[in-house]
Order: sequence, then structure tokens, then C-alpha cells
Amino acid sequence: MLEIAAAAFIALGTLFFVAGTVGLLRFPDIFCRLHALTKADGLGLALIAVGVALLAGTAGAVFRIALVWFFVAVASATCGHLIARYARHGVRHD
Amino acid sequence: MTDPLVIFDVALALAIVALAVAALSVRDLFAMIVLFVVFGLLSALAWVRLSAPDVALAEAAIGAGVTGALLLKTLHHLRYVSGTLGQQAAYGVTPLTPVPIGVTLANAIFCGLITLGLAVAYLGAPAAGPGFDALVAEAMPRSGVDHPVTGVLLNFRAYDTLMEVVVLLAAVVAVWQIERGVSDAPAPVLGEVWQGFARLALPATVVVGTYLLWVGAEAPGGAFQGGAVLAAVGLLLLLTRAYVPQPTHRGIARGAFVLGTGVFALVALLVASGGRVAFEYPLEHAKTLILLIEGMVTISIAVTLAALFHGREPVAQTKGGRDDT
Repeated sequence: MLEIAAAAFIALGTLFFVAGTVGLLRFPDIFCRLHALTKADGLGLALIAVGVALLAGTAGAVFRIALVWFFVAVASATCGHLIARYARHGVRHD
Repeated sequence: MTDPLVIFDVALALAIVALAVAALSVRDLFAMIVLFVVFGLLSALAWVRLSAPDVALAEAAIGAGVTGALLLKTLHHLRYVSGTLGQQAAYGVTPLTPVPIGVTLANAIFCGLITLGLAVAYLGAPAAGPGFDALVAEAMPRSGVDHPVTGVLLNFRAYDTLMEVVVLLAAVVAVWQIERGVSDAPAPVLGEVWQGFARLALPATVVVGTYLLWVGAEAPGGAFQGGAVLAAVGLLLLLTRAYVPQPTHRGIARGAFVLGTGVFALVALLVASGGRVAFEYPLEHAKTLILLIEGMVTISIAVTLAALFHGREPVAQTKGGRDDT
């Protein structure tokens, strides 16, 4: 039962990754692409993390998976912001 | 091994080769670096599939992470600071000056020799034999640690590891000798979101790096992996301008560079002076000595990699320098 639930979460998460990748390839400009990528991948990773956490044996492993999800989510949001910022303003040294 | 995993492995291997080809043939230098980083990440995944998590961690942290950061820093310098690549090259296309045929040929010969050496090593290895697993497992009780890779790296073959640390030291000495290093300009302004992210990521990175070092005694991890993650702390400090290297910090930096090599060599000499072979640690002190060496080597690796990222010796009246994490 737990395995089936985990597989469902992981499959759903993979679907979001595929959707994000299609968006990256199909959308016309950098901001639309960022929009597709950061949001779809964030949700996809969260779903996969839930699926993997269901299969994880110990509380420590669940905690580590949660940490990985948190930091990847924050880093990906920051990356998206930095890319958009660069696309609008370029490099500033002051 | 089950069938789906074989399909996964073949796809992974093909993707790695394709990424290598793409990284070498793409014209845009930035795309080249991104492809190289993805290549490093997939290589790390391949090491996981080969049941070598230690190598995977090192590949991900050093091969993809730190090397990617060094390459991006160099590209930034070439495009925006030194202007070497010129204005038309600044937005993508590499300059069209052809590489001399001699350089290409020399590179091809060296790469061919390395491939040949790997092939000879692969063909010369006993096919499907037990390898050194049994020998290492048998010797583990005498190593002072519980993780075989750490036992091999810091006890049975500690001499090799010492040489690796010396190579890193030589690299940073060479970089500091160059008068016109990468850049003495401070990092570009990256905005408040980035500053907030750095405030969040910095303490976490310190914990992860220290954890990787500590866990190395009984699980995958160790000085190189921990050191590379701690070097990321230096990168965060430099990129947020929270730390601006000053000429007066050079003494501390030099001390940190040689700390690992020095302690490593000193331990070997002290052990040798007790009538033993250089790295034949007395068993009752083996774990303490290995942890001491690993700790000091980690500090050296972290500071050295961060200094390599900064790319030059801090000189007077510039906002350049290095980081002392």
C-alpha cells in the first residue's frame, strides 16, 4: 500500500518535471521559460520527495529528504530570480 | 541487476558521452560550462550506480560544483573585467581566431596517452577477480577507522593522499605568483534575494561540510568532500561581499594553505621517528591521528579552493584577496 502511494507520488512528480521541460523547450522567451521551469520543477521535486520519504525507513532519512527539498526549492527560486535579474539588468558592479 | 536498471545505466552512459561531445563542440562558452557541470553531475550519478558514493560525492562537490564556479568566474573575468574576449564575444559566440594546429595535436596526443593508459590498466586488471576487497577487509581492524575508503586513503595509501594535497598547495602557490590574477574587482551586486539566500545557505553549508568530514570515519564522506563543501562557504562570503580579502590576511591564508600538508607530513615523520614506516600509525592512536590529519586537510582544501576562486593574491589598495573561512 505504502509502495503504491509512493510510486503514485513519484510518478506525479515526474509528470511535473516533464511539463516543466516541455515549457522550457516550447515557451518563447526567457521569463516564460523561467516561470515554467522553477514552478513546475519545485512542485515536481516536492512530490518526488514525499514519495521517497514514504519509502524511507528512518526518521533521520525523512528529515534529510525534507532538508534536501527545502534547500533545492530555495536555491532554485533564487537561481530563477538571478537569471531574470541578469536578463533585465545585466551585470552591475557598483 | 534487474533489467530496467540496465536500460537506465545504458541511457546514463550514452548521456554522459553525448554531454562530453556537446561540451567540446558547442560554440557558446557559457553553454559549454553549463554542459560541463551537467556532465559532472551525471558522472556523479554514474559513480553512485557503480557503488562508489565517495567518488560520487567528490565528483559532485569538486568536479561539478567548485570547477563549475571556477570556470564561470574565469568567463566573467574574460567577458566583463579584462575584456579579453572583446565586445562581440561578450554575448555568446567565441572568437573565431583558429586554434593553432600544434595545440590541437598536442592535446590530442596527451588525451590519447591517458586513454591508452586507462585501457592498459583496464585490460591488465584481473578480469572478474575479487580485486582488493578481501585484502582491505582483512586489514580494516588495523586501520583505526570503520569506512574502507577512508582506511585506504588515509592509512594504507596515505602517501598518495599526501601528494594530492601537495598538488592543491602547488596550484594556489602558482596562482598567487601571477601578478595579473583573475580580478581585483569585488563580486557583482546580485540583489537582496541573493543576500537572503546566502544568509540561509551559509550556516547550512558549514554544517553539511563539517558533517561530511566527521562522517568520513564510518560512511562515505571525508576531507575532500567536506573541504569542497566548506569552500562553498568561502564562495558565498566572497559573492555576498560579506568578506572582502585584505592584504593583511595573507599571513593567515598562507598558514591555512600549508596547514594540511604540514600536519600530514609532520605526523608521518613523527610516526617514522618511532621506528616505524612513515604511515604505519600505532593502532591505539590511529583514529585520533587520521581525524587530526583529515580535519587539518579539510581546512586547507576549503581555504585553498576559495582562494583559487578569488583567483589572485590580495594586494594593497585593491579590494581583492581571498577568504579565510
